[in-house]
Amino acid sequence: MLQRLRENKSAQGTLLALPTTVWLFVLLIIPLILTLIVSFGRRSPDGNVIYTFTLDNYIRLFGYSTACPDAQASCYDPLYVNILGRSLSLAFNTTLFVITLAYPLAYFIARAHPKQRNIYLFMVLIPLWTNFVIRVYAWMMLLRKEGAINIIIGWVMNLLNIPFTPFEMLYTPGAVLVGMVYEFLPFMILPIYTSLEKIDVSLYEAAADLGANSIKTFLRVTLPLSMPGVVAGTILVFIPVMGTFIVSDILGGRQVILVGNLIQRQFLDARDPTFGSAASLILMVMTLIVTYFYTRKFGFGEEIVVG
Amino acid sequence: MNPFRRSPFVIAATVLVYFFLYAPIVGLILYSFNASRTNVTFEGFIPAYSENVVMDGSLVKSSPCGPFHWYCDLAKNNDVTEAAGNTLTIAFTATIISTIIGTMAALALQRYNFKMKPFSQLSLYIPIVIPEIVMGIGILTLFSQFFGWVNETFNLVGDGRLSLGIATVTMSHIAFMVPFVTLVVQARLQGFDKSYEEAAMDLGANEWTTFRRVTFPMILPGIMSGALLAFTLSLDDFVITFFTNGPGSTTLPIYVYGLLRRIITPQVNALSTVWILVVFFAVLALQILQNRDSKQHS
Amino acid sequence: MTSEFAVEMRDVVKRFITPEGGEIAAVDHVTMQIKNGEFFSMLGSSGCGKTTSLRMVAGFEWTTEGEVYIEGKAMGHTPPFQRKVNTVFQNYALFQHLTVFQNLAFGLEMEGAKEDEIKKRVGHALEMVQLTGMDRRKPKHLSGGQQQRVALARALVKTPDVLLLDEPLGALDLKLRKEMQLELKALQQQLGITFIYVTHDQEEALTMSDRIAVMSNGKVKQMGTPVEIYERPTNKFVADFIGESNFLEGKIKFISKSEARVFVPSLNTELVGMPISEGLVKGEEIVVCIRPEKVRITEKNAINQNMFRGKVANTVYIGADTHVFVDLQGTRLKVWEQNRISRLDPKSFYAVGQEVWLMLMPENTLVLKKD
Repeated sequence: MLQRLRENKSAQGTLLALPTTVWLFVLLIIPLILTLIVSFGRRSPDGNVIYTFTLDNYIRLFGYSTACPDAQASCYDPLYVNILGRSLSLAFNTTLFVITLAYPLAYFIARAHPKQRNIYLFMVLIPLWTNFVIRVYAWMMLLRKEGAINIIIGWVMNLLNIPFTPFEMLYTPGAVLVGMVYEFLPFMILPIYTSLEKIDVSLYEAAADLGANSIKTFLRVTLPLSMPGVVAGTILVFIPVMGTFIVSDILGGRQVILVGNLIQRQFLDARDPTFGSAASLILMVMTLIVTYFYTRKFGFGEEIVVG
Repeated sequence: MNPFRRSPFVIAATVLVYFFLYAPIVGLILYSFNASRTNVTFEGFIPAYSENVVMDGSLVKSSPCGPFHWYCDLAKNNDVTEAAGNTLTIAFTATIISTIIGTMAALALQRYNFKMKPFSQLSLYIPIVIPEIVMGIGILTLFSQFFGWVNETFNLVGDGRLSLGIATVTMSHIAFMVPFVTLVVQARLQGFDKSYEEAAMDLGANEWTTFRRVTFPMILPGIMSGALLAFTLSLDDFVITFFTNGPGSTTLPIYVYGLLRRIITPQVNALSTVWILVVFFAVLALQILQNRDSKQHS
Repeated sequence: MTSEFAVEMRDVVKRFITPEGGEIAAVDHVTMQIKNGEFFSMLGSSGCGKTTSLRMVAGFEWTTEGEVYIEGKAMGHTPPFQRKVNTVFQNYALFQHLTVFQNLAFGLEMEGAKEDEIKKRVGHALEMVQLTGMDRRKPKHLSGGQQQRVALARALVKTPDVLLLDEPLGALDLKLRKEMQLELKALQQQLGITFIYVTHDQEEALTMSDRIAVMSNGKVKQMGTPVEIYERPTNKFVADFIGESNFLEGKIKFISKSEARVFVPSLNTELVGMPISEGLVKGEEIVVCIRPEKVRITEKNAINQNMFRGKVANTVYIGADTHVFVDLQGTRLKVWEQNRISRLDPKSFYAVGQEVWLMLMPENTLVLKKD
């Protein structure tokens, strides 16, 4: 028996991978399938799921009331479509800002003396591992009407003799954007750093030797070679931003509602898991489509594991 | 051209980004010493050994802790200690289980060929490419449907009923932690030269002895950094926990989130500061481990 | 010793699945018999199947077809830890987390040796490779040469019947490599155990081996002593791979029991008194092969037979020899002349364009089948 297992490499591999595979199947894949099934169901009056097959939830999500026989203009309510669009554009904007901020820092670290790199990286990791909720809370304190940002602007304005009344920055789309950028910045710095750090110094020397100045070297050598890092970072930023609800919940109040908030409310307040499941699947499909086209164009870097 | 030369633009941007990263954290820590109960504005530090401290109109008795008043307050808060206990219980249990099964899976995926290998490998990427909230509500649906069915079928009542709690949170944490452990250990194994194992077998060690005496000690640093990563992920998790916790299984992030929607006192800042310190040392340990690891393999 | 042969490979085939799903035979019907106490080398370029053959003897790979015998016993699927052979790895594979002593003791612990016996044997092995006093060091704190010795000692301390060495000197610099070659050979003679040595370096194989198997594309092209391999290659591949050769394509015009007459179209002439080998028949297309150092070059035509007039195309001075390239009606031959006299006078070299005569002595030429 033991001898047979010793020779059967395939059985050994299956056995070793079994616990993880079963665990992931039960707690990741089955839930996804279940979500799909529930999204075609109907809500019972007491907030439970009636398993049927109806596209009502999806129709509602795309703005058409089930009460309307045809897609009449008066019936069309783009509430949820707007939420989806807002989430998508916020995710795009966040990613853009994050790349802009992360790249120079990653570049700086990658070009730092090897002995100092760890210290700089350490300084990126501390905010990263400081709890997500705590980080939003920190911004809540800064953005308030009585918060530090208003106080500092007040001082500056006072020095310049310009009248200034503190204003509420909290509960605005801007506050949500700042919070998102802050939350996900480290997820972009690390993969870009990883791909920049891999670039052999001799490549820069070769580029200079062939007559490229530092701007051309950057555009023609550094940037293309660091693309895998940017791609990995984008996946690590874009996907969570699409689904996060805490940042908009705390910094956006009731003003900025994203898909995440929508789903959360369907499950906890509105008690309509079927509609929440449909929204959740649309969210998943949206992120998968974006990821698919994005990685098909730029490839799927191994940096993702490092980040 | 010196490749380590950095333009003033890059340096300026770097300083700015670090400022952006740290300013909120510094502010957070500062406010944990705030002599104001409402914590809206900074009313100065709490003086040491003061007779009576007036805080936003409400009289607070002389605090033996001085500036650390809110930290003392925190220590006396049973909800916090319970949440901290839950967080650590979940993190430790989930880390141990996910490290063991994740390492096994990494070995299988890196070393063996078997039928379900592509499926196993692909499922590891689910937590990376799918928003956490999708997993969260999926797992919630699974548990609530399954528990509902079990409770009904076996006529379970009262405390005997299956419900969300520490067990469901831990199980869900393992589900999203395992892929990270596996991917980290797999990356370590990729750089592992098989000839070390062949050498051990050549010298007379059987498969198990080879694993115990050679493979395991050599990949241990990799496993440890995978475990530490998993541990921090568990400590940090909000979304999955949010959907899978139940009465009595509140974790610290959930507790803090609950506070933010109600009255906020500097106690939250004190809690955050303690948290940041813990994270600081955890990340330091992780870095030292990884450095030792990379040195050993260079 | 139960068998005349330490290791025997009988008609061994090893196929691998390629990533594209195809199959390639890394080792293709190889039969080898390695005698007890022999220093046997497998020589070939990378991918020729030499390392795979060695790994099948060690037990790291199993044969697809055929069988490996160690001391007359069929190995089948016997795992490496049950084979009485030990390996010195190309990258040494020293356990980085263990000290030198622990590395050497590892194999003995697996045998269940007692602590004082382990100490004695490890001490002895370290002495043998001149590393006494290094036992507490970690491998990464040793030089490449020292690591190589530790790897050797770790295998030898097990007193194997057969020692397998997979390009063990490949990572060392040239000078150290030459020293180690002689040391290894001396060690093998002193211990009297069988060495199977895999290398791509022909000089190394010729220096150390009792017998060599030249391999290519998973097949053994020739097996023999270094002298046989160099002086009597049996096919064009070996003649080309070992050392350098001039090749002239031709056709057998006449063949007797002792010699042949060969027509070489490119020179439009016949070579007479050529040596023959087994299986050659009249009219067969063949290759005439002659080593560059065995071509005689003169300024005048001395004998008429097998003498060819040509023009010097180039001369290259390389220290011990001078390489002269001579064009014979469009066919270029390499001729190596030993520099027995001082070459300081430029006139001592043949001038480019100078007319010379080349002599192909029958006893120095070989007539080989076309591959």
